[in-house]
Amino acid sequence: MTTTTLAALVPLLPFLGAVAGLLLGRTAPGFVRPLAVLPPLASLVLAALVAARQGGGRAIDAYTLLTPTGSVPVDLALHIDGFAALVAVLVAFVATCVQIYSTGYLRDDPRYPSYAALVSLFTSAMLLVVYSGDLIVLLVGWEVMGICSYFLVGHYWGTPEARAASLKAFLVTKLGDLPFLIGLFALGTDAGSFRITRVLGAVASGGLDHPTVIALLLLAGVAGKSAQFPLHTWLPDAMAGPTPVSALIHAATMVAAGVYFVARLLPVFEASAAAMTVLAVMAAVTMLGSGLAALAQDDIKRVLAYSTIGQLGYMTGALAVGDRGAAVFHLLSHGAFKALLFLAGGAVIHAAGTNSLAAMSRMSHLRDRVPDAFWTMTVALLALAAIPPFSGFFSKESVLAAAERLATGHPGPAPGAAGWIVLVAALATALLTAAYATRLWLLAFRGRGAEAPDHGRQPLTMTVVLWVLALPSLAFGALAYRTLPGWFDGRSLAPTLLTSVLGTGLAVVGGLLAYGAWQRAAARAPRVPLGAVAAHPEGDAGLVEAEAIAAHEPAYGDIAQAPDPADPGRLLLGPLFGPAAAGFHLDAVYSALFVRPVLGAASLVRFLDREVVDTYVRGAAALPRLLGAAVRRAQTGNVQTYVSALLAGTVVLTVAVLLVASGA
Amino acid sequence: MHLAYPAVLAALLFCTGLYGVLARRNAILVLMSVELMLNAVNLNLVAFDVWLSRTAQDTLHSGQALALFTIAIAAAEIGIGLAIVLAVYRDRATADIDRLRDTAETPGDDPDHPDASGTEKAEATA
Repeated sequence: MTTTTLAALVPLLPFLGAVAGLLLGRTAPGFVRPLAVLPPLASLVLAALVAARQGGGRAIDAYTLLTPTGSVPVDLALHIDGFAALVAVLVAFVATCVQIYSTGYLRDDPRYPSYAALVSLFTSAMLLVVYSGDLIVLLVGWEVMGICSYFLVGHYWGTPEARAASLKAFLVTKLGDLPFLIGLFALGTDAGSFRITRVLGAVASGGLDHPTVIALLLLAGVAGKSAQFPLHTWLPDAMAGPTPVSALIHAATMVAAGVYFVARLLPVFEASAAAMTVLAVMAAVTMLGSGLAALAQDDIKRVLAYSTIGQLGYMTGALAVGDRGAAVFHLLSHGAFKALLFLAGGAVIHAAGTNSLAAMSRMSHLRDRVPDAFWTMTVALLALAAIPPFSGFFSKESVLAAAERLATGHPGPAPGAAGWIVLVAALATALLTAAYATRLWLLAFRGRGAEAPDHGRQPLTMTVVLWVLALPSLAFGALAYRTLPGWFDGRSLAPTLLTSVLGTGLAVVGGLLAYGAWQRAAARAPRVPLGAVAAHPEGDAGLVEAEAIAAHEPAYGDIAQAPDPADPGRLLLGPLFGPAAAGFHLDAVYSALFVRPVLGAASLVRFLDREVVDTYVRGAAALPRLLGAAVRRAQTGNVQTYVSALLAGTVVLTVAVLLVASGA
Repeated sequence: MHLAYPAVLAALLFCTGLYGVLARRNAILVLMSVELMLNAVNLNLVAFDVWLSRTAQDTLHSGQALALFTIAIAAAEIGIGLAIVLAVYRDRATADIDRLRDTAETPGDDPDHPDASGTEKAEATA
């Protein structure tokens, strides 16, 4: 088979798997699990084959006209360069891991068939985004992911949190998608084509008339999908979905799509210095804010969610300094260790029966209950905190080095100020990242108090996946940083001495700070007993998690924080703790700025419709109703009356006709 | 025979039938009155057919043919009519058409103001 055929099969297989899963889910439950696992696995093999054949060389382009539109045509196009080939491998890899893990995680879930099919559809949409060489086809995948995330986040629709979170995820990303759509049209019109190669060609020859407007419009969509400030608020709430979905959305698919899109169209953004500065500021605010917020979260998954936002901030930061190689490098390594963090977190939640770190910190021996999750999560947290030689260190260093190069005056595609903004924010975030990673590890695995409940070992499907994902988290960075430049733009991704020392030093300081705060605060823990566990700890992990999520707000009074004085984050953040736990009250601001005006407008429209428009309609019906009431009186039910009336009418008509005929 | 005799006889028969249809209360007698009216029409058909064929305007005797049709239809009609009356009698133990007023509009079933549950349903779908 040609490489093009193989590449076309990569997104197609999970799509067919999804369709078959949806059709057969009820009638043939025995096929559901193979149909869920095998298509992504086959896609992984094919994507790896495509990557091997592409080999970082010339981009593979193939296209066929999809539909003549009269103006700018829409093509069914493939554009596979080194970025696309490697990201596709990551997507297929994480999706396969998630599908295998889900067979254990949701093994008793009655809605598993539709869940698995939606995960497959989600994967297929992301692979379409990755391989597509046409912006409109890319948009199709982009939007399919949006609707799939709505369904998947809302999987536990029995809980109000999940319902609200799925709606919020959908609406917030759509808020960004509208400018994105307009930006795509503007880009297509300016460049005369939706094909990525032609768009890039037009940019290179200076053919864009409004680069700043287009770049900013596109950035809105990217901010929505990649959960960047100010459209990031959907992502922490999306934790109300099942853990494998969080892993899928936050590691390799949905949030990666935004970063990947910018990486692919980076020359368009580089054409506008203003857009690059906005990107840098967005990345800096996102990184710092999410780092602070992550330090204050009580839900273990919300900590990871904010850390995702922060790591995506690193990627957008790398893009803002014009180094997409570093951005995609971090995307790849982050995809592996973040998927691992979520999947291990799911095992921990299952074992502990709660998603609250405050409750876990009052359980001892939790790590003995889930040894696989403990060890793999330790690896992943070290990677997250960018401690050498774990993979996160190398990718984060490549981002820092790129920012440092630009900041110290090397000529680059972006203004030098962007380099400074990104560099300072990234270094500060390195400290915060290490601090919250340490806090998470200490609270979850070094708890003191009653012994954690023992529910037996986790299913093999869940633990094996963790170890599979631990390998790239451990070694991917060190192995890849020399070879990856050949796949990307050719710029070196090797760590530089200055930033390595600074970044690692700050990370160690952050970790030590968190440890010190934990030791000081832990003394207060026994005085305040806390803890609520799921009602059915014997159930499958999905059930336990749904109950834990539903129980958090009634038990602790808030979805994001717990009234725990022993929380080291409370000591580190001081007065900032409350606002940070609430995501700096951004939701309240949005609620006042957007939600309430929209609700007010909706009730106004309702009033206008019910009371004003309907009045006219009812008024128009009044006369016919009166006439009808009058005529109805003639309906006596007596046949003879009817016949009499008929006779009378006939006589009258006959007389009239006779009179007219006789000319009277 | 002059045309006036059958015509007057037919008119008398028709008026008798009409009176029966409008005034009788027993459904069977109403049906019989309908038969009278039909027969008055038959009489007219035959009489005018003879009159027209005598003046050689119509040689096909279409009036007589039509009379045969009418008789056939009247037979079918009375069969069905009597069957309905029988069914109604078995059901209601009466054939008095003054008391068979099920199709009457009563003030209670006003379609514009359905009962409360219907209103709620309309609200829910709105």
